[in-house]
Amino acid sequence: MAETRKDSLAVYVHWPFCLSKCPYCDFNSHVRDSVDDARWRRALCLEIDYWAEQTPGRHVGSIFFGGGTPSLMAPETVAAVIERIGMKWSLDAAAEITLEANPTSAEAARFAAFREAGVNRLSLGVQALDDTALKFLGRQHDANEARAALDLARRIFPRFSFDLIYARPEQSAAAWRQELSTALDMAAGHVSLYQLTIEKGTPFYTRQRDGEINPPGEAHAADLFDITNALAATAGYSAYEISNYAKPAHASRHNLAYWRYQDYAGIGPGAHGRLRTAENGARALRQHAKPETWLEAVERVGHGSAEARPLEPTEQAEEMLMMGLRLHEGINLVFFTERTGLTLEQAIRPGALTRLGDGGLLSHDGQNLRATDKGRNVLNSLLSELFA
Amino acid sequence: MTDLALIRNFAIIAHIDHGKSTLADRMIEICGGLQKREMTSQVLDSMDIERERGITIKAQTVRLKHKAKDGKTYTLNLVDTPGHVDFSYEVSRSLAACEGSLLVVDATQGVEAQTLANAYLAVDGGHEVIPVLNKIDLASAEPERIQQQIEDVVGIDATDALPISAKTGEGVKEVLDALVERLPAPEGDADAPLKALLVDSWYDQYLGVMILVRVQDGYLRKGIKVRMMGLGSTHDIERVGVFTPKNEIVEALGPGEIGFITASIKDVSECEVGDTFTEERRQTAEPLPGFKPSVPVVFCGLFPADSDDFERLRESLAKLSLNDSSFHYEAETSAALGMGFRCGFLGLLHLEIVEERLEREFDLDLVATAPSVVYHLRTTQDEEFDLHNPADMPDPTKIRAIDEPWIKASIMVPDEYLGPVLALCQEKRGEQTDLTYAGSRALVTYRLPLNEVVFDFYDRLKSISRGYASFDYHLDGYQESNLVKLGILINGEPVDSLSMVVHRDQAEARGRALCLRLKDLIPRQLFKVAIQAAIGGKVVARETVSAMRKDVTAKCYGGDVSRKRKLLDRQKRGKKRMRQFGNVEIPHEAFLAALKMGED
Ligand SMILES: Nc1nc2c(ncn2[C@@H]2O[C@H](COP(=O)(O)OP(=O)(O)OP(=O)(O)O)[C@@H](O)[C@H]2O)c(=O)[nH]1
Ligand SMILES: C[S@@+](CC[C@H](N)C(=O)[O-])C[C@H]1O[C@@H](n2cnc3c(N)ncnc32)[C@H](O)[C@@H]1O
Ligand code: SF4
Ligand SMILES: [Mg+2]
Repeated sequence: MAETRKDSLAVYVHWPFCLSKCPYCDFNSHVRDSVDDARWRRALCLEIDYWAEQTPGRHVGSIFFGGGTPSLMAPETVAAVIERIGMKWSLDAAAEITLEANPTSAEAARFAAFREAGVNRLSLGVQALDDTALKFLGRQHDANEARAALDLARRIFPRFSFDLIYARPEQSAAAWRQELSTALDMAAGHVSLYQLTIEKGTPFYTRQRDGEINPPGEAHAADLFDITNALAATAGYSAYEISNYAKPAHASRHNLAYWRYQDYAGIGPGAHGRLRTAENGARALRQHAKPETWLEAVERVGHGSAEARPLEPTEQAEEMLMMGLRLHEGINLVFFTERTGLTLEQAIRPGALTRLGDGGLLSHDGQNLRATDKGRNVLNSLLSELFA
Repeated sequence: MTDLALIRNFAIIAHIDHGKSTLADRMIEICGGLQKREMTSQVLDSMDIERERGITIKAQTVRLKHKAKDGKTYTLNLVDTPGHVDFSYEVSRSLAACEGSLLVVDATQGVEAQTLANAYLAVDGGHEVIPVLNKIDLASAEPERIQQQIEDVVGIDATDALPISAKTGEGVKEVLDALVERLPAPEGDADAPLKALLVDSWYDQYLGVMILVRVQDGYLRKGIKVRMMGLGSTHDIERVGVFTPKNEIVEALGPGEIGFITASIKDVSECEVGDTFTEERRQTAEPLPGFKPSVPVVFCGLFPADSDDFERLRESLAKLSLNDSSFHYEAETSAALGMGFRCGFLGLLHLEIVEERLEREFDLDLVATAPSVVYHLRTTQDEEFDLHNPADMPDPTKIRAIDEPWIKASIMVPDEYLGPVLALCQEKRGEQTDLTYAGSRALVTYRLPLNEVVFDFYDRLKSISRGYASFDYHLDGYQESNLVKLGILINGEPVDSLSMVVHRDQAEARGRALCLRLKDLIPRQLFKVAIQAAIGGKVVARETVSAMRKDVTAKCYGGDVSRKRKLLDRQKRGKKRMRQFGNVEIPHEAFLAALKMGED
């Protein structure tokens, strides 16, 4: 897997706008009649300046344009942001620059311009390969558009990935097997396969509460997960993270930075960051979520920071375990102690390691602590067992 | 200090919901005790829990002024009593303060179990009883038929029963006149040394401990030193007053009067209901007969859901017991539930009400163990002791005999439901002692083990009779029985607070049912959980909760670690409400399972 430099920094850029709001989505995304591109471009660049000043001389190993729907950005804005990052920090020649795109034809029309701007990896929100399911998910595209967008991405970008949402209400094991096989045939080294999560505050939540939709229960969801891992493995994709599958050397370098608990800066509304600086130590950073609030703040004071909270060593340890145990590779214990100042035994509940180890949920080979396949399936409970 | 001849003291008694408190409302209104705007319905039910459930829990007294047909103004002291069987102790106490009773019977329902029980208490107490037929505003009321039924079933003269509607007020004026004409005036000697009955005591936020008294002889006034004859303590009277229903300070209370006093008493436990007050300077020779103390019959453990709340629970119990001297508590430690209290109650409703008041008035989250009764145990060493907690039951080889409490139950039920009711009593190890009819209603008497009644008897009786059966009981001695302790083991470790004492013949079925119920209530965990029921050392039932298969957040996006931390913190908080048992987390709802088991 791609190794990263010690001082390497990942930069996340959030574009908070979508054409419509999907009924399952609780991301920081908003529908607006019009967006003033030039104004947003200026603000994003200003905020880059702000964070770059606090972390001078760092090497940026990856940039990720997430959303919302970043494929709605003006390509000039994408180009300006990439350029600014290169100017204020230093951008690795081999930096991974990903942009999330929705597969409607209008957006596909901009792929070439994004490539031109410097984007070298596209992540397409395909979500499903069947029109009924896409309709149910409230998507703007149909299956044909998704295929066309994938074909285009293959021609334009050196690397691309796409997302599917499965474990949808009424989805049978057979149907998913079929859909996934088709998808894997179209993939180019990387896919993200997410089980549908019903989030509080979304229309799906209300519909589930009212009994209108019935997402799979625990047993069926577990079966679907097993099927997914088995099919992906057969096609040469390993589950390097709970919902992310890649062929060797295709893992997303940017997302690995999160899971390995390396530093990342968050630019744009609602973006999160974790940064260590000589001046402030390790901090948890969060920007104003509402687009207008963020925009006005940046224009007034040069940044949209809503929270910058120092992280205690125990908090860092918790976060590092929460993120790292999602990875197949687990956590490097030398790096863990270097990063948090704590040994593993100091960071977790006494006895938990032995118990979870004996129960076949954790494995510990002296160098790395990792959750077993069984352990990763129940990671939330496993974590609460480790800490509480 | 009213002329004895112008006083009438009466209690309103009835089966639950037959309209006692509503009748009291109308009387207060007619006599001008409260202005219209001050009236609420069932104004005497002042506790939130009484108002919400629409039932009276605590007896209340009001002094009314009524101008009778003879042109004279009489003082009427009204005592509104609770109807539910758990609170019949309140009724007996109230009756001791009065010379007569209004027996209210719902004319749409007729005589029910507590109509009978309370009417007998009144007759036994030497009361003049005036039957009142209530709810005649309803189309389904059958006053004539019910009047006859009172004669047939209760066995008192109902010729002059008064038809009324407590709701509209129709006939209530006539009731007031009848009280004056038909009830005897109290007797007493104004010149004799003070002799007054301590009827009740409670804690008032503003006035401290208040004591309800009925004066027999002599006077109670501010400043005098009184002696409580039973306890032997002395106190200076600070205030003397009556309820109108508002507190109203008066000069003195004389013979035949009912009112309250306060006397710098800190704790309700310093007052024993039934005790006699006399004046320290000039003492009466003989105390009043008083009454038997109330005995708790149902016990359960109460534990704070969050173990940090133990001290708060202790304080809250102390405060609550100031207003309810009939429940008992002592500290208890359970391996599964930590520190808590074993509490004794007058019955299941009483238990439920105390628990609810603790949760609401004191904002506590509680775990209650299954209710149990008091067993008499004799060991092979011939030691005898009372067993209040099934967890304390010694090893079976050390037990020579166990006696359990029995009750005598009277059940009134329409003919068509008699079959199922008899079957239920039979299943509950009952012995039928009598069966009579009043028209199409049957009156059955059964002897039953109390342990079966606290389990799920009442709920099932209600459901098999569609709510038409009514039920009254009193304790009827102890009897040896073949009882065993049914224990629950989670992953091989006994969970003390889930153990219960059951009859040998029912133990296995009960054990199986409880294991099944627990299986549903214990959430899947990282590892599988074995639930076993055992009698002595022998496992009689077993269920397994299989290990959790999937519990992981699929998407984790944009580096939002904070959000995942929130999830983790939520889980940590949730854990505080679980009981860690060995390696198994048991939600506190599971402990209620034993209690609720009979419901489906
Ligand atoms: N229609 C009608 N309803 C009545 C009458 N009297 C009482 N009720 C209703 O019957 C219900 C019970 O009345 P309460 O006065 O609370 O009965 P209670 O006997 O004090 O009940 P407990 O204290 O719980 O034993 C209430 O809903 C009253 O409104 C009446 O004369 N007519
Ligand atoms: C930031 S989101 C989507 C970006 C883009 N706007 C889109 O919808 O294609 C990244 C991915 O998370 C997944 N996702 C979003 N909400 C989800 C939910 N409630 N349950 C499971 N997966 C979800 C979708 O697969 C989505 O592509
Ligand atoms: S397009 Fe993507 S970000 Fe926008 S609402 Fe739909 S799922 Fe959410
Ligand atoms: Mg009442």
